[in-house]
Amino acid sequence: MSKPVIATASLAGCFGCHMSFLDIDERILELIELVEFDKSPIDDLKKFTRPVDIGLIEGGCCNAENVEVLRYFRENCRILVSVGECAIMGGLPAMRNLIPLKECLEEAYLNSPTVAPEDRLIPNDEELPLLLNRVYPCHEIVKIDYFLPGCPPSADLIWEALMALIHSQPLKLDYPLIKYD
Amino acid sequence: MPDKIKFTIDGKDCYAEPGQTIYEAAKANGVFIPVLCHYEGLKPVGSCRICSVRANGRWMTSCTQPVTNGMVIENATPEVEAYRKAIIEMLFVEGNHFCPTCEKSGNCELQALAYRYQIMVPQFPYLFPKREIEAFPGFLLEHNRCIQCQRCVRAIQTEDGQKIFALKNRSKDLRINVDLKLAARMTEKEVQKAMDICPVGAILKKEVGFRIPIGKRKYDQKPIGSEVEENK
Ligand code: SF4
Ligand code: SF4
Ligand code: FES
Repeated sequence: MSKPVIATASLAGCFGCHMSFLDIDERILELIELVEFDKSPIDDLKKFTRPVDIGLIEGGCCNAENVEVLRYFRENCRILVSVGECAIMGGLPAMRNLIPLKECLEEAYLNSPTVAPEDRLIPNDEELPLLLNRVYPCHEIVKIDYFLPGCPPSADLIWEALMALIHSQPLKLDYPLIKYD
Repeated sequence: MPDKIKFTIDGKDCYAEPGQTIYEAAKANGVFIPVLCHYEGLKPVGSCRICSVRANGRWMTSCTQPVTNGMVIENATPEVEAYRKAIIEMLFVEGNHFCPTCEKSGNCELQALAYRYQIMVPQFPYLFPKREIEAFPGFLLEHNRCIQCQRCVRAIQTEDGQKIFALKNRSKDLRINVDLKLAARMTEKEVQKAMDICPVGAILKKEVGFRIPIGKRKYDQKPIGSEVEENK
């Protein structure tokens, strides 16, 4: 039997969830015996090279590119997991959901005291992904199969979840593993 | 024991004093029933519904309902727990709960209940409502996190009995309203009391925050309610 394939992505996140993933420390040696990696910032593969079993998504959707990547993952992953507060509810980027987008941009690029008068310009280049009206949790864009809360989720939670998925067993969810911060 | 009341919770024989509410009697028998709007020593208002049980088959709020002889109570059944989970999830999507930025995180009763019921994601869509943060001399009122439990309304008063916190508006616009003049006269101790009595991170004493390290906070290691259950 071939090894299960894992892929990961960071959308509107801070890479903290990926860092927490790497915090599994020496268990990573065990993991690479068990699985293979496809598209992920860890190996820098830009396109999927084969069907993926488990896709891990960090971050919610704040722009059109996030949505495109998320849909690309959904098309190619058998199981898709929202990892962390941002993927689950938008997280810190979603704090902008309480302020109109126009006001956010004006504050950041026009009115902020750290913007020099000659630099006052709201970026608008076709190379830049278009911002969405607000930040969306991943499960409001595509179907998500599982959710791992935390900011970031602890390495132990990510590990337990991966082991449960790889071995098709129920997740052992000890009380301290569920945290929203 | 002639004047003891006998009743059952999920099949377990329990005993109560006459006049005790279901919640109080359950606690005395080592059974945890979650509460949010209720706080010991305050008159129960029965508004949040998180303490609901089925008593003799009917939904009742255990913080307001006195226990009676022979009562059969369903508490930790899948049906009752699903109902409670839904209430917690509604509270999460109805406000703006960014736990990673919240001073109360780890000590918050709403969050602790979500941990206890193992909520990984709310089943309802997030509303991201527009709410304000108000600043008073000694404290902040974070309306994004207020669950309108009215604990502050009932507990915080001046020496001569004037209310400092009150409710205004109705339905989804219901908000806590603070008497500016009275709030300005609150001592540090009174502000601390208000912050402690608030189940969530809505009343925040100024100039302190994130004082207890992660891992040592109230609900980091043990679920809310375990202190009751250890009392069996
Ligand atoms: S009040 Fe509680 S649930 Fe809300 S953000 Fe703060 S810790 Fe989270
Ligand atoms: S401020 Fe706190 S105590 Fe007062 S109603 Fe809101 S949540 Fe309850
Ligand atoms: S605790 Fe009983 S209704 Fe809120």
